[in-house]
Amino acid sequence: MKLSKTFDKALWVFHLNSGSCNACDIEIVAAITPRYDTERFGIKLVGTPRHADVLLFTGPVTKKMKDRVLRVYEQTPEPKVVLVVGNCGSTTGVYYDSYGIEGPLDELLPEDANIIYANGCPVRPENIINGVKEAWLFLEKVRGDNE
Amino acid sequence: MDEKDGEETTYEVPIGPIHPALKEPFLIKFKLDGEEIVDADPHPGMNHRGIEFMGMHRNPVKVIPLSERICGICSIVHQHMYTTAVEHAVDIVPTNRARYIRTIMMELERIHSHVLWAGVAAHEIGFDTHLHFTWKIREKVMDLLEKISGNRVNYSMWTFGGVRRDITEDMHPDIDETLDYYLDLYDKLEDIFLGDPSIRHRTKNIGILTEEDAMKLCGVGPTVRASGVKKDVRIDQPYAAYGDLDIDYVIPSRYDYEDVGDVFSKTLVRLKEVVQSINIIRQCVEKMPEGEITSEPNMAALLNKLKSAEGEGVGRIEAPRGEAMHYVRLVEDNEDVDCWKVRASTYNNLATYAPMFLGEQIADIPIIAASIDPCIGCMDRAEIVDVNTGEKEEYTDEELHELSVQKTERMLGGIDE
Repeated sequence: MKLSKTFDKALWVFHLNSGSCNACDIEIVAAITPRYDTERFGIKLVGTPRHADVLLFTGPVTKKMKDRVLRVYEQTPEPKVVLVVGNCGSTTGVYYDSYGIEGPLDELLPEDANIIYANGCPVRPENIINGVKEAWLFLEKVRGDNE
Repeated sequence: MDEKDGEETTYEVPIGPIHPALKEPFLIKFKLDGEEIVDADPHPGMNHRGIEFMGMHRNPVKVIPLSERICGICSIVHQHMYTTAVEHAVDIVPTNRARYIRTIMMELERIHSHVLWAGVAAHEIGFDTHLHFTWKIREKVMDLLEKISGNRVNYSMWTFGGVRRDITEDMHPDIDETLDYYLDLYDKLEDIFLGDPSIRHRTKNIGILTEEDAMKLCGVGPTVRASGVKKDVRIDQPYAAYGDLDIDYVIPSRYDYEDVGDVFSKTLVRLKEVVQSINIIRQCVEKMPEGEITSEPNMAALLNKLKSAEGEGVGRIEAPRGEAMHYVRLVEDNEDVDCWKVRASTYNNLATYAPMFLGEQIADIPIIAASIDPCIGCMDRAEIVDVNTGEKEEYTDEELHELSVQKTERMLGGIDE
């Protein structure tokens, strides 16, 4: 599918908390409020995965959230990028030996999912913005500009 | 949809676990009669990570960073409760200077938490300009926390017997400047949240929690102080340096408002507590004693001491959301934490949802839900599942209250022994 040039300049992001400790979530809100202000790049949070281009996952995926995480992933239209925010999403981090954790996320999502990691515990807002930049680069690749 | 006699009907509307109004996974099922809420049934457990279980498989020092990851907004709170509980169990006494540094950090966190809440509350009733305004001014205290501890969130500053980073003389001008910044802006905040007619219209007489209900349901923190209940661990059972400081209960009637217990009173209490925190930090900086920042500087010796330690301890604290508590038991032949129980403030405050929601409109759900400043990450550590049938048990408010009372009695019994 050929994407228009304006597409990746207005990335719509859906934020899903799959059992994180809130730290990354407040840093995400900090990233969209005036100090870091990602909205000047056309990035904004939307209320439903069906409107989103980027899925922003935080948390190590708890047992109860596993099915919901997969459902939200399936509801998001292609092409999509998954941005995993925080160490617990990419490796389960400090929660590594718990009975209640199904993650890390990349083991649950389909193998062809495009996953980008923003690491840190919690992630600094600068690093979240960096993650969104990576998502841009990926979407440019889909469009064929970078090849 | 329930049908009664083929005529009256109520609709069930689930809000959550994934919902734009919620930043955390949480489910409340509402029963509606037209626009009016007739029943609210919270279903927690989506955020259950099994933290206590993990803590019981690690040694006490490794649990410190885990404890602050119970919740990223009140990380200092959980760190403090856990370390004081272990100090209580092992008889480690923190140094005087550490007590003051801890108090300063906890009050800085209270400022950041309350300012954050004000923004979320404004967002819930549709004033996104105020959300951006409060989050912009919140960055100032985040900068100060970063300067002192090295990180914006999850500071890892506590250790048994004290703290790991000092607040030196050269940081005092920064602290002063930050506090002045908030004092200068305070009038504007009060003008926005207490004076603005449209915000008053959305918050006055909405989500009322009467003093009687507040006492009956064992609510804690600003949620019940707004109803006029004088309950504050900092005064009732002082910890850290609060015993040396001049501090009073923040209830609306102290400021010539009525103790109604609606969303407006809760906003008022939280804003006034920001000023109180500024006052407390000023007192701490002034009175800060000289000396070491920790009484256990040698980590190897500390680990050895903890390995053979035996005892039970309790850490109790007035978190920004209300009273919270940690219980820790260490036994001699187990180098890990033998038992760790956390009781966070949202656990108590969740029961107060029932009287606050009843009779209100659907549109008021977000602001009432936000008014207790819920922190699901803190609360979701236990759920009751019948293993044989897989069905969850549900408790009425009275039963929850009874369980809570029994638990307190159990814990108090444990201390006396």
